[in-house]
Amino acid sequence: MPRETPDRHRVTLTGEGPVLVEGPVEVVLPDGGTVRSDRPVVALCACRRSRRYPFCDTSHRARVRPEHQEDHP
Amino acid sequence: MTSTTEIPRPTTTGLPAPRGPLSEAVITLLRAEHDDGLATAVAVARSVVGDTDPYGDDLQLALHCCYQLHYRGYPGVDDDREWDPLVLGVRRELERAFLAALYRDVEPGDDVSGEVAALLVEPVGPGAETGVSHHLRRDGELWQLREYVAHRSIYHLMEADPQAWVIPRLHGAAKAGLVSVEHDEYGGGDPARMHSQLFADMMAELDLSTVPGHYVDAVPAATLAEVNLMSLCGLHRSLRGALVGQFAVVELTSSPGSDRLVRAMRRLGCGPASIRFYDEHVEADAVHEQIVRRGVLDPLLAAEPGLAPDVVFGMRASALLGDRLSDLLLEAWSQGRSSLRRPLTGVSR
Repeated sequence: MPRETPDRHRVTLTGEGPVLVEGPVEVVLPDGGTVRSDRPVVALCACRRSRRYPFCDTSHRARVRPEHQEDHP
Repeated sequence: MTSTTEIPRPTTTGLPAPRGPLSEAVITLLRAEHDDGLATAVAVARSVVGDTDPYGDDLQLALHCCYQLHYRGYPGVDDDREWDPLVLGVRRELERAFLAALYRDVEPGDDVSGEVAALLVEPVGPGAETGVSHHLRRDGELWQLREYVAHRSIYHLMEADPQAWVIPRLHGAAKAGLVSVEHDEYGGGDPARMHSQLFADMMAELDLSTVPGHYVDAVPAATLAEVNLMSLCGLHRSLRGALVGQFAVVELTSSPGSDRLVRAMRRLGCGPASIRFYDEHVEADAVHEQIVRRGVLDPLLAAEPGLAPDVVFGMRASALLGDRLSDLLLEAWSQGRSSLRRPLTGVSR
């Protein structure tokens, strides 16, 4: 994922999933608290379903019941 | 040094016990200090390989021993045996048999996007939540969790190493993307945060041996086969697409499974090092999934579209071997017996 403008931090909106931010980052939460991540790429939760908010834990993934289950709820 | 973690010495165990004529021949070949009998060992290996179960204990252990020469080697075995034409010749026979079985059992395909999309769906409901991590989260016992960790140690004590072979076989964006994930697996420059080290910390806390290779004699062929697939694809440039497919499956599926294992560890009252290993993988692999899709698979297939069938093969072969191991563990545990060839010692809870 090479950057077109190397002097700017890239933020990628994945659409279906998290917002990818170039790390390391310090994230300020609504309550004023901060959390840090030293990863080169940080995935920030955009669906609010993460149990590790503000970081993505893949909870945005579609949850699908196998079809035969619908016949036997 | 701010860490109190003790980095294990780079030790390893000796050659394992043979499980049949093929592994016997390979171990003889590796042990031999003189040329006497080497040709015989090679002839034996070549004559029986066609009649040996390609997924079975004998062939998988023989292959495992051949591959170990490329990693830590064995004490008392000359490091130069890594490139001994006799060993390589036998290894090629074993690889051909293993690959032929996988090509026979894996349905071919070339729709990488479809394959990825299928992996990004979480099946839910009683009929779908049947894997090992589901079982351990729901009602697994501590002895089962320790067995699971012993199986996984064959790979995780060298986590990311088999995939590192593919780096010089990739170019441009795909290489940069894969290396950024590998760098994270190797602790981002901090040896105490290397995933293999986090795994060793967990093993020590669970009263398991952290010596690489310690559980080789205890694990069945299904466990060895998963790691052998990684080494096979890593060591052959012709299988670089399959290696990336295997790598993608791990990174795409690990996050939810790791979360279930964290919950299993908490429920069973495991310590902080045990929880940390899988906890780290929940967040790390949520990022790795994105990098693998956008930074590895997309640029690789843009540069080498002809690799798509190999990527799908790697993904499906990896899933096939993963399912075989999962079935073996769950079947043994459902009957209340050990999934290992020899039961674990140490704490029972």
